[in-house]
Amino acid sequence: MSSAETSPLPPAASSRILAITSGKGGVGKTFVSANLAAALARAGRRVLVLDADLGLANLDVVLNLFPKITLHDVFTGKSSLQDAIVPAPGGFSVLLAGSGMVEYSRMTPEVREHLQQVILQVTPKFDHVLLDTGAGISDVVLYTVSLAGEVLVVATPEPTSLTDAYATIKVLATTQGRRKMYLLVNQTRKPGEGRVVRQQLQQVVDRYVNPQLDSPVRLELLGDLPADNAVRDAVQRRQLLLQMMPGAPAAVAMVAVATKLLG
Amino acid sequence: MFCRCAVSSFAVCFVALPVLLPVLLPVGLCAGFQSCFAHLLFGPTSGVNPPAASPIANSPGGVDSALAGLPALAVAEAHNAQPGADRGGRYPLSRSRFERALQLLQQSGQPAPEGQEGEPAWMEAMIDALVDLSSKDALTGLANRRAFEIALAREVDRVARSGESALLLTLDIDHFKKVNDTWGHPAGDQVIKAVASALVDSVRPMDLVARVGGEEFAIILPNCAAAFGETVAERVRRRVERMPVAITAVATSAHAPTLNVTVSVGGAFAPQWVRSTPALWQERADQQLYMAKSQGRNLVRLEPTAQSVVSSEEKRLLFESFQTLDHE
Repeated sequence: MSSAETSPLPPAASSRILAITSGKGGVGKTFVSANLAAALARAGRRVLVLDADLGLANLDVVLNLFPKITLHDVFTGKSSLQDAIVPAPGGFSVLLAGSGMVEYSRMTPEVREHLQQVILQVTPKFDHVLLDTGAGISDVVLYTVSLAGEVLVVATPEPTSLTDAYATIKVLATTQGRRKMYLLVNQTRKPGEGRVVRQQLQQVVDRYVNPQLDSPVRLELLGDLPADNAVRDAVQRRQLLLQMMPGAPAAVAMVAVATKLLG
Repeated sequence: MFCRCAVSSFAVCFVALPVLLPVLLPVGLCAGFQSCFAHLLFGPTSGVNPPAASPIANSPGGVDSALAGLPALAVAEAHNAQPGADRGGRYPLSRSRFERALQLLQQSGQPAPEGQEGEPAWMEAMIDALVDLSSKDALTGLANRRAFEIALAREVDRVARSGESALLLTLDIDHFKKVNDTWGHPAGDQVIKAVASALVDSVRPMDLVARVGGEEFAIILPNCAAAFGETVAERVRRRVERMPVAITAVATSAHAPTLNVTVSVGGAFAPQWVRSTPALWQERADQQLYMAKSQGRNLVRLEPTAQSVVSSEEKRLLFESFQTLDHE
């Protein structure tokens, strides 16, 4: 009797879409979205990152892009979708939310419809569509995630981040029938910390979430990104880490994450 | 409760504003406003305020002379308290409107507003009474669908701000069609009324019980902790189950047949800090109601409450295990 809410999109479209979410804000979701996209692009994939943080979009800031046309113009019918998709420095494409999106921070039937239409139209043109969701577990975030075939939860080893990541996993398991979720642990301090974090999250899921479900939730560690000053420098300079310092530990780890995702 | 506040501010705008405006605004500007408000309040008037007949143009500007230019109703009430009085044929007042409103109130068993007919206080009371009337279901006296939808939207906003959890139950009388088919519609009405009062009896006064369709009901339970959801919903279901309904519509009370009716109950919480739309919330509760129906009726089905709340036990395990693993 799980209230499984499957994606409203056809399975073929949905499977190319990866939602990147975290619960807690400030754990590096947008950083991961941008650099994972660059790593996938480097592997020869056509990648689009959609800034689905409709209320507080900041993919443009991370990428140092100031496009004239945004998702807002597409939603309001001022521009075509094609014109809103712009190339990003790392060899991938982005669809930015723009700052006029505050009114979309609440989920309305219109926003649902717009988002669904946009994603349905862009998906066939790309191998991967990454949805950079907002922080929290709002309806907008949950709905955005529901459009994706796969989910990547980004967490840091901080207790607050762990709690929010766990809450996110729990909500997605119970309200969307998710049974496999990817985990990426950011800002790890020692080797193997990602594995430890996954293990502890899985343990609590096994104890408190899985008993209520018809089949168990399994967390799959996609990798960990070591705490790295180069990350801070790249964000400060608003450049992709993969371009600025491809040899930095976090950049190398990101490429490994992409490789594992392509599996 | 909320209706009353909304009503009074509404009433203040519509009743007090036209009364005060002519006093507050420069006198010369008033004529236009007055006719606008007169239209709003009393519908089209037969003739436009003729400039020559209006004392405003020649008024020295005193409150008393400004009052002379007020819409017919206020003037009539202020001076001779004769509603409907046709002052010089300029503002024929539609007395039949009040009569229709009073008739509706009388029919619904509500007292007519007290005080002088047409006076601001009386008008406020009249609007309050009419709003109350249009928020209620005629058969059961419960909140009707309109009032329910407003309350649900309010609750969604409240939960989003306060972080308190609220439960929405949707209920449906089982096999109600059979009651109607076997005993007739008056019997059906009796069953609906009996269920309505059982629902009201089984929840707190602060909870809103509404009739949202023929045999469909909904209950909004603000500030209802997830742990109590099942208990509350079960209590509601059992209360109906244990209440035989005497069908006096078909026979005198001594010989009236008694029916045992049951309800199916679906429920969903508005999860803390998750902003939801009223429609989504209702959809989730309805989904559970559908399950209760399809799994045999006379059942309670609540959406699994795992949701986004992380209990202290979960947190403890989350961090304890981390520390253990950390020091390996």
